[in-house]
Amino acid sequence: MNSDRVLKWFLYGYLALVLVFIFAPIIFSVIFSFNSDRFPTIPLGSFTLKWYKTIWQDPDVWEAARTSLIVSFSVASIATLLGFATAYTDYRYRFKLKPLYLALILLPPTIPLIILALAMLAWFAKIGLAGKVISIIVAHSVLTAPFAMAIIRLRLSQMDASLESAAWNLGADQWCALRRVIVPFCRPAIISSFCLTAAVSFDEFAIAWFISGLNKTIPVIILEIVTGNIDPQVNAIGSFVFLTSITLVVIAQVVLMTRDKKEKVHHG
Amino acid sequence: MADALVEFDSVVKRFGDFTAVETMNFTIDEGEFIAIMGPSGCGKTTTLRMLAGLEAPSEGEIRMQGRVMNNVPPHERDTPMVWQSLALFPFLNARENVEFGLEMRGVDVAIRKKKALEWLDRLEIGEFAERDINSLSGGQKQRVALARSLVTEPKILLLDEPLSALDANLVIRMQSMLTRLQRELGITFVYVTHSQSEAFAMADRVVIMSRGHIAQIGMPKDIYRAPENRFVAEFVGRNNIISGTVTSTSSKVVTIDGNLGQFEVALAGDHQPIVGDVASFVIAADLVHLSTTKPKATNNIECSLISEEFIGSVVTLFLETPDGSEFKVQIQERELSDMDLKHMGRVFVSWESDRAHFLGAG
Repeated sequence: MNSDRVLKWFLYGYLALVLVFIFAPIIFSVIFSFNSDRFPTIPLGSFTLKWYKTIWQDPDVWEAARTSLIVSFSVASIATLLGFATAYTDYRYRFKLKPLYLALILLPPTIPLIILALAMLAWFAKIGLAGKVISIIVAHSVLTAPFAMAIIRLRLSQMDASLESAAWNLGADQWCALRRVIVPFCRPAIISSFCLTAAVSFDEFAIAWFISGLNKTIPVIILEIVTGNIDPQVNAIGSFVFLTSITLVVIAQVVLMTRDKKEKVHHG
Repeated sequence: MADALVEFDSVVKRFGDFTAVETMNFTIDEGEFIAIMGPSGCGKTTTLRMLAGLEAPSEGEIRMQGRVMNNVPPHERDTPMVWQSLALFPFLNARENVEFGLEMRGVDVAIRKKKALEWLDRLEIGEFAERDINSLSGGQKQRVALARSLVTEPKILLLDEPLSALDANLVIRMQSMLTRLQRELGITFVYVTHSQSEAFAMADRVVIMSRGHIAQIGMPKDIYRAPENRFVAEFVGRNNIISGTVTSTSSKVVTIDGNLGQFEVALAGDHQPIVGDVASFVIAADLVHLSTTKPKATNNIECSLISEEFIGSVVTLFLETPDGSEFKVQIQERELSDMDLKHMGRVFVSWESDRAHFLGAG
């Protein structure tokens, strides 16, 4: 009994340390974004919104934010659609080359980002797409679709296998059953996958840096600001990026979890 | 006599090398409650899925009202099914679930809502119409599933072990509800189950299946009292099967000589046993007399008592015959307590010739 409690507190302590380790740099970045000193040192200077004002007035940052938003929204839509289609074909059909098909889908995240980015740069240059917003969208969709598929596939695996047949049985053709039964059943997973792929795309640097050209995304502009001089503007942008991503991830988690809970409560 | 609603004409269903259903021929009448029963893997669910269009026959024809249905897709049939898992849509409430079939048929919003509520009321769950599916009990979900299937007023309802997830008390109540509904609606119910009590309690006719074949079709009573073959005799009820050689035969009685003695079996139907053949007969556990002294009846076996199984007013006794085989007897508990039997004690079983049922060769 007593040793259980000791173990429990030890594990809580360990968890707290891990969280501190992960979040400390981010928290410091947020703190320094409100610090008047140019250099990130302790003791802190006075509270200021100077750095936020600077980025607010910088048209380059605005342009990058716009590009990032367009890219991440498009990527989320495309990747979720692709992910859903793959997960559904995997759920619904049995065919000979299925392992190969799945391996192909799951391949992109296993390739080192730099290699993927360089290859895409070369390819896009060849077909005349280099440096365009669409090329970032395509590249990020390839990268994030597997995540979307994994999330939706997990949801489909929890579905009663008779559910789709039941829809056919009640007079729904294949498209209708897909629209009225499969999609609603997967809705929590679809929302989660949309948020997560948007977050991944919003944060992604390596590929964006190689192929964005003049259409810089937020992570690219951060690097540009950091190169050469120390500028607390970066902390301000970083805080903004962190807030956006964490919000998307939290939404994704909450949507998935509330659904699970709701279904579990009444099963007992 | 009612017309045939469904005809299975030499239907075969194969999955790869495995034959799930083999040359099936039978008809289902309009307004009939038919149960398809058998052990798991016997092909009963495949048969039902073929009716719903979820599987296509590999050979033969399935006709409904004369129309060949083999390649009609499920959504173009009017063969609603109540699923073993119920397969209710968890993201819709009870009423929306019931409305689904009507919506697919393009029924007007107001009408389909009205019809759905009528059906929920009829199945006594009207008050739960707007409730989330997951907040309903097993019995309530069952009723929603029934309402969802019946709201389109089909000619035939398919039921795939719909009561298997419910507890015993609820099963009895749902059984009487199903029989009542079927009579009131006058539509055909095709009920797949592995449970003898469910099949016999509800069905007009029972189809017994074994390894893809139909072992027997008939009224529950006939199947129970006059099994046509060894499989049915073993699968149904508590039967004792005794084999031996036919030593004499007349138009009414056949004499069978076996390890356990000589027995006379009354002949019914078109059996024509031949002297010298190996044949068997069935004597049901509940048609046997039990006595502690040697009975006068020709058909008797001396046994010893091994164990008993008490399930209320009826007791099943497991006896051992001289050749080591098991013999089951079912008697009233009161009768037994008057007899004062001891474990391993000597006891005689006997029966009249017309109580035994001749199974034929084998």
